[in-house]
Amino acid sequence: MRFVDEFRDAAKARALAAQITSLCEPGRQYKFMEVCGGHTHTIYKHGLEDYLPESITLVHGPGCPVCVIPMGRVDDAIHIAEQPDVILTTFGDMMRVPGGRGSFLDSKAAGTDIRMVYSPLDSLKIARQNPDKRVVFMAIGFETTAPSTAMTVLRAAAEGIENFSIFCSHVTIIPAIKAILNSPDLRLDGFVGPGHVSTVIGCRPYDFIAREYGKPLVCAGFEPLDILQSVYQLMIQLSEGRSEVENQYSRVVPWNGNPRALKVIGEVMELRPYFEWRGLGFISHSALKVRDAYASFDAEVIFEVPGVRVADPKACQCGEVLKGVLKPWECKVFGTACTPETPIGTCMVSSEGACAAYYNFGRFSRDRVREATSIEITPVPVAGR
Amino acid sequence: MSTAEWAEAAVADHAGSGEHVIGSEHRGREQQVLDRIDKARRRKARVREERITLAHGAGGKATHTLIEAVFLDAFRNPLLERMEDQAVFTLDGGVNGAGARMAFTTDSYVVSPLFFPGGDIGELAVNGTVNDLAMSGARPLHLSAGFILEEGFPVADLQRIVASMAAAATAAGVDIVTGDTKVVERGKADGCFINTAGVGVLERDITLGADRVRPGDVVLVSGPIGDHGVTIMLARGELDISSDITSDTAPLAGLVDTLLSATDGVRCLRDATRGGVATILNEVAVASDVAVVVNEAAVPMRTEVRGASEILGIDPLYVACEGRMIAIVDGAQADAALAALRSHPLGADAAIIGEVKADPPTLVLLRTEFGGTRIVDMLIGDPLPRIC
Repeated sequence: MRFVDEFRDAAKARALAAQITSLCEPGRQYKFMEVCGGHTHTIYKHGLEDYLPESITLVHGPGCPVCVIPMGRVDDAIHIAEQPDVILTTFGDMMRVPGGRGSFLDSKAAGTDIRMVYSPLDSLKIARQNPDKRVVFMAIGFETTAPSTAMTVLRAAAEGIENFSIFCSHVTIIPAIKAILNSPDLRLDGFVGPGHVSTVIGCRPYDFIAREYGKPLVCAGFEPLDILQSVYQLMIQLSEGRSEVENQYSRVVPWNGNPRALKVIGEVMELRPYFEWRGLGFISHSALKVRDAYASFDAEVIFEVPGVRVADPKACQCGEVLKGVLKPWECKVFGTACTPETPIGTCMVSSEGACAAYYNFGRFSRDRVREATSIEITPVPVAGR
Repeated sequence: MSTAEWAEAAVADHAGSGEHVIGSEHRGREQQVLDRIDKARRRKARVREERITLAHGAGGKATHTLIEAVFLDAFRNPLLERMEDQAVFTLDGGVNGAGARMAFTTDSYVVSPLFFPGGDIGELAVNGTVNDLAMSGARPLHLSAGFILEEGFPVADLQRIVASMAAAATAAGVDIVTGDTKVVERGKADGCFINTAGVGVLERDITLGADRVRPGDVVLVSGPIGDHGVTIMLARGELDISSDITSDTAPLAGLVDTLLSATDGVRCLRDATRGGVATILNEVAVASDVAVVVNEAAVPMRTEVRGASEILGIDPLYVACEGRMIAIVDGAQADAALAALRSHPLGADAAIIGEVKADPPTLVLLRTEFGGTRIVDMLIGDPLPRIC
């Protein structure tokens, strides 16, 4: 299949891995953070760590949009869903995120009308089809998804659709990276930079990471070879004593981002003074809200949102996992009390969450399976393959 | 119970299962955690939810928990405890004295939409039950058909469904010999739901089961996977994707007969319906306490299924088929089994996709096309309700 197979070529991966290994200084340990949850997912789904030498550790970052939503925000959304004539819509990943009073799935089973959509435009369609209902879209995600939410609000305004609003929970990536860099617990050698966010904001906003903190960052694509190549570029920078922002994902990411998308976000949304992130606490200017000019599409204005604050369960160490301080398996409830079917923390819910990725794909001992997986089964040509 | 209270209880429940492992990169520590998880996974299943959610019907982890904690607990008996797709029992005290070995099964069909490319709910209702019987090695004989119809459902649609059931029954060599009809008020059902039950007879002296698999066995699949699930997903028209793909619904009793005639090394047969190939292999790994290792590059799959799965972010290993089966066969007879499957029109694209190993027990491992390793767990949640 084009645009997929060429980025999963095992022979190319072996060649890259050999070059990466040859760049490792003997005795030195390297720690790179992949900021984006999509990268974490790719790393585990394709078993990418099999290619990395033991001296290179990939640390999972905070860029999983579902993982950073605090429990209180889920409760607020359920409160909205419980109001008369409300249809709450959201992305599928949100459905199982536990709030203080259970998840959307639990709330739906108890009688609220919560529906999964693939795009905010689908939500607008539901609003058009149900003029007697109040349709709310719970908007989550970084700058990647904010433009489509903003576009949807603009379209609703243009069409004069009055029964549609958004519960805006969009967050921004740079403050999260700053929080990580300022965290005393973590020593990183560089970043595998977020690819999808960068399609919107470009590569420039990361300059301070290279200049002020002296860490290299390479914006990376989402296929396994993309990530391996980004690690290679980071290793080259380190071996040459450089710290710069580089763009591995240039087939998608323009250096200056997407000005039109940024303009649309800016028209509909503005920065909140502060926002609570799960596990990271309150971070100033780290999230977006609907501008007053579009207040009639803002669920926080239309409904009396209680603004619930729920402390994470004591046992939950999502914060440490989101900051990369703990590997998922180092959390004390990982895999026993907290599993994908009964998650305590958000990192165990989303397919982009580090804990879920590790639990679902990486939960085995590499030493132990080496023998088991050394099989050679010749693939057979099959219809259409 | 609030999430916080529940979390406290869950933690207390697992107390003493291991002290907190701090910051160590040492592989041995990771292994301790993995062992602890393994122990937790072997514990008795409990339903945490207060209400049924769609995940309970998805065929994955939640379905298993519900079956074990609710149904198995209440109905417990040796036949049910085997947890196969059908019960196999011997009839004693017949007039002629000789006891026949019978297979008995039931399944309900709630697919939406009722009509889809390559089939409809009626054909599915016959083939699904025929296949559940066939997976025990039985020759399917008779089916029952129960209809739950919603007030207002077009009679013409019902006639179309029934005609297709009749054709499917003829093709599968079974008769529909008894039935039932109920009508519920508008809004209390979605058009037409069908339940079928079936009986078959085992004419071979064999016992197949997920618990009979051993290291050294090989895993075969009878054809490309995921066709049915992707067809249904696209047929709903909620995604603006179109494709020529059609459901693979088919009766598999003939294919099973061809396989069993060619080799006596078959350990286990399963049709890969809800939860897909991944769920079946997990059931096998747990029931037989073995590792199943799958080579991703060897798994037959149509480009359309792969493409749709990439776009939608779903894993085709979990997508349902309605006319494909997994056969686990003694490694020494792998070639004979593959040749037998390929000699039948429904097995023309059959392939050996993996091997059974002793270690690490209860895990399904995937050697990815990229050349890495990952595990393939039971399905969590429900990517796609009402596919069958």
